[in-house]
Amino acid sequence: MEAATVTARRRGRGRGRAALVPLLFLAPALIFLVVWVIYPTIWTIVRSFFDRDGGTFVWFDNYKDIFTTDTLLTAIKNNVLWVAVVPALVTAIGLIFAVLTERIRWSTAFKTAVFMPMAISLFAAGVIWRIMDEKDPSRGTINATLKVFDDAFGGGGVVTAAQGSTPQLTGSIERGFVLRTPVRAGQTAELGLTAIPPEEVPRDAPQAARPTPEPGAITGTVWRDFKPGGGRPGVVERGEQGLGGATVELRDSGGGVVATTTTAGDGAFAFRDVGAGPFRVAIGSETFTTPFEGVSWLGEKLITPAVMIAYIWVWAGFAMVIIAAGLSAISREVLEAARTDGATEWQVFRRVTVPMLAPVLSVVFITMIINVLKVFDIILSVAPQSSQDDANVIALAMWRTSFGGVNDFGLGSAIAVFLFVLVIPVLALNIRRFKREEA
Amino acid sequence: MAVTGETAGGAVAVRPRARAEQRQPQSRAARIGRAVARGPLNILLLVVAVLWLVPTFGLLFTSLLPASEITTSGWWKVVAHPSLATFDNYSALFDDSDITSALWTTVQIAVGNTVLLVIVASLAGYAFAWLDFPGRDWLFVVVIGLLVVPLQVALIPIFSLYNDTGLFDTVLGLVLFHVAFGLPFGIFLMRNFFAGIPRDILESARIDGASEARIFVRLILPLGLPAIASLAIFQFLWTWNDLIVALTFGRDTQPLTVAIFSQTRQFGSNIDLIAPASFLSLAIPLCVFLAFQRYFVQGMLAGSVK
Repeated sequence: MEAATVTARRRGRGRGRAALVPLLFLAPALIFLVVWVIYPTIWTIVRSFFDRDGGTFVWFDNYKDIFTTDTLLTAIKNNVLWVAVVPALVTAIGLIFAVLTERIRWSTAFKTAVFMPMAISLFAAGVIWRIMDEKDPSRGTINATLKVFDDAFGGGGVVTAAQGSTPQLTGSIERGFVLRTPVRAGQTAELGLTAIPPEEVPRDAPQAARPTPEPGAITGTVWRDFKPGGGRPGVVERGEQGLGGATVELRDSGGGVVATTTTAGDGAFAFRDVGAGPFRVAIGSETFTTPFEGVSWLGEKLITPAVMIAYIWVWAGFAMVIIAAGLSAISREVLEAARTDGATEWQVFRRVTVPMLAPVLSVVFITMIINVLKVFDIILSVAPQSSQDDANVIALAMWRTSFGGVNDFGLGSAIAVFLFVLVIPVLALNIRRFKREEA
Repeated sequence: MAVTGETAGGAVAVRPRARAEQRQPQSRAARIGRAVARGPLNILLLVVAVLWLVPTFGLLFTSLLPASEITTSGWWKVVAHPSLATFDNYSALFDDSDITSALWTTVQIAVGNTVLLVIVASLAGYAFAWLDFPGRDWLFVVVIGLLVVPLQVALIPIFSLYNDTGLFDTVLGLVLFHVAFGLPFGIFLMRNFFAGIPRDILESARIDGASEARIFVRLILPLGLPAIASLAIFQFLWTWNDLIVALTFGRDTQPLTVAIFSQTRQFGSNIDLIAPASFLSLAIPLCVFLAFQRYFVQGMLAGSVK
């Protein structure tokens, strides 16, 4: 490179038009950079000291506004959160994927699958995740998945809604229903429920068992205290169906649960060898499933994490590919040597791989910081109008302030300059790295 | 048998794949053992790969739902009942003149600025790599500095400039802006690649009396083709996918992203348009990406700071 420069210099002088030829090659690029990048940057800095209309010089008022306006403070807070969470996560995920894919045969396919979102616009990625994040479990993929787990492990309940059939049985599906009359051994407890959604009681559910007293035991029935034509509340009658699988609790006078049992198919249950009592009998809340309504990913509380997930989905592939390239450059011999010396896989990873990858990891990390500071499109597409204030970040705030209806070019310029100042350390770092490499 | 399997599996777990295979001929037991040892990892990564693909396929399947289902059902309905799948949403999309003209606008912007950028960046890259002029290194440092400048700093002045010059709301205005902000990366990539071309080739051409213009066209461009491909793919994807620039400098000149964005205020009720249009807007860059993945990765590795 050095030698080439010297030769080129000598040749160029020899021709006597040294300055003209390079200028012709450079001119188009210089015009673009000066007109569209450098001049606007200077203009923006100047503009940031003027008011909204540009007529009055206001010193640092616009910058003060950045730190005193609520929506802008939210934007800064969110950006801090983004910088704190996303670059580290993306780098870590990329590292894990890069290391693991080295051990599978289909690593190319895996990399393509994870890397693919890089080709998709952040805007379209946002649309994709907005569909994933829908609150209604019948539409949103994530909530639909959660609902499957909720159905399998969460409730295990028998019905989703019910009321006591007599004023004696009070409570709610969240707390369970308690029979207000105390019960002693040898007595029975009739726990009749109504207002159960009809489709939740199987058509062929057996006739409810009529409770029969047993000495030393408390027996009873949980049943659907309803039959076509009515019937008498609180009494088990022909045509009324038992409620199997319901949880029944025996509580002492202080309200503490002494014993629990589950009803048989015909709704019958029994607590045998109970003490003196008196007791209260209750239908436990486990009997009832509160239907899963779906997590509000796009609501004001979770919107920033929701956008972050979408963003990480896009960028993890980038980190993986860069780190994998760095990994393939690490000498195999070093890793082999460590293994031969008896290092475990974790030790090799922790003490050899990661330190040797440090330069690559820092490049990925820094690149992600820059990207995260500029995050814009994906927030517009994931966050519904109602939660955009809560998802706001600096780049988006700059655009909304300048072009999104407010049209305050003074404040907008100040936000743009603020964003620019935030990337200056990276700018300096890049230049230093370049100078070191060229030296 | 079990013991052999375990040891073989253990050996594989700590050794890079290709070498372990070459080094010792593998017995059948060893192969089975290795497969068993890799089983959990393979399953784990398979789950991850599927997780990564689900969102995109979710969009595709959503876009295939009939109008009667699309506002109430999730994409899996189409998977469970494939007979439901319909291209009605897509035919409606192509009947929508807003969308078809947006598609055409997107093509013009993406292709136009990519071609222009490749030319301008190659010229400058050659100058920085092989021509000597005062202040060259200093100027290149400026270019590197511009790599990370957020385009937000240019939006307001260029908005005013475009309003004054009639470039507002034109494809040309968008193309020129994209070229300018693609240039620092483009020059950086080209200059670094051109600098790697062996000096002898250039020197002998110069001794033969070839002009710099001739050297550039006949030698540099053909040799620089891999870097040009990287840059072109990068810039094409970058600008095809742009939202903020087109949103700022266009009103009726709408690329796909902006056209879709204008529908997202009523996300739920417009999903029959949003889903297929979004898939359309990502299908083309995805094809470009899958076809030229190698160049994309090369470009990314060459200048991973942007």
